Amino acid sequence: MKRVLVGAHYGLKDWVAQRITAVLMAVYTLLWVVIAVIHGGIDQALWQALFANAAFRVATLLFGLALLWHAWIGMRDIWMDYIASTALRFSLEVLTVVVLVGYAVWLAAILWAPR
Amino acid sequence: MTRPRPVYLNLVRIRLPLPGLVSILHRISGAALFLIGIPLLLLGLERSLGTGDAFASLRTVLAQPLVKLVALGLAWAYLHHFCAGIRFLLLDVHRGIELLQARRSSVIVLVVSLALTVLVGVRLW
Repeated sequence: MKRVLVGAHYGLKDWVAQRITAVLMAVYTLLWVVIAVIHGGIDQALWQALFANAAFRVATLLFGLALLWHAWIGMRDIWMDYIASTALRFSLEVLTVVVLVGYAVWLAAILWAPR
Repeated sequence: MTRPRPVYLNLVRIRLPLPGLVSILHRISGAALFLIGIPLLLLGLERSLGTGDAFASLRTVLAQPLVKLVALGLAWAYLHHFCAGIRFLLLDVHRGIELLQARRSSVIVLVVSLALTVLVGVRLW
């Protein structure tokens, strides 16, 4: 097998990671549904109370990190399938990582911004 | 006699089976969530937690018809990706891999995600 710089990792790791991150995000999503059902909707007071809670902020950041990982694998698969040029594909993959890590830092900044 | 291969690569003329439709929509919705969903969600979250009447001003932005349409589209993307994802997880553990069951679960994914999107739409309007 010809191994190239931006090829797949030829292993099970990404496949497993995609599923674990998916389950984590599904649990977080259902957490929101449960909160909304218990409180009969989500108003501003509840919204701010949720994000004032440290545990909830940590859970949200974990969701964000799972999303980062999940989106990376998914987008990399898309670039691998449709972009034949190695140079362009590699550039798009680097751009994807940069954007995703930027989003994660931005999320952390939002969650722990002084209020 | 050998048949000319590849048999069909004309995307417009390929008749995609239902599981195939769910699969490509999973990919398309995932890409949309990455390209549009995540940045908008972060912008919205930042705004909503801002000081003063940031929450209220976000509500005004969300009240615009075009914004509502984008929100509805993203809601569908998330819901479809969610439902199709659960289906794929079940397929991973060999649940519903028979053709008939796979077709049926594809219909369920399409219908449930659309129905939930309609519900979101009703709440939005």
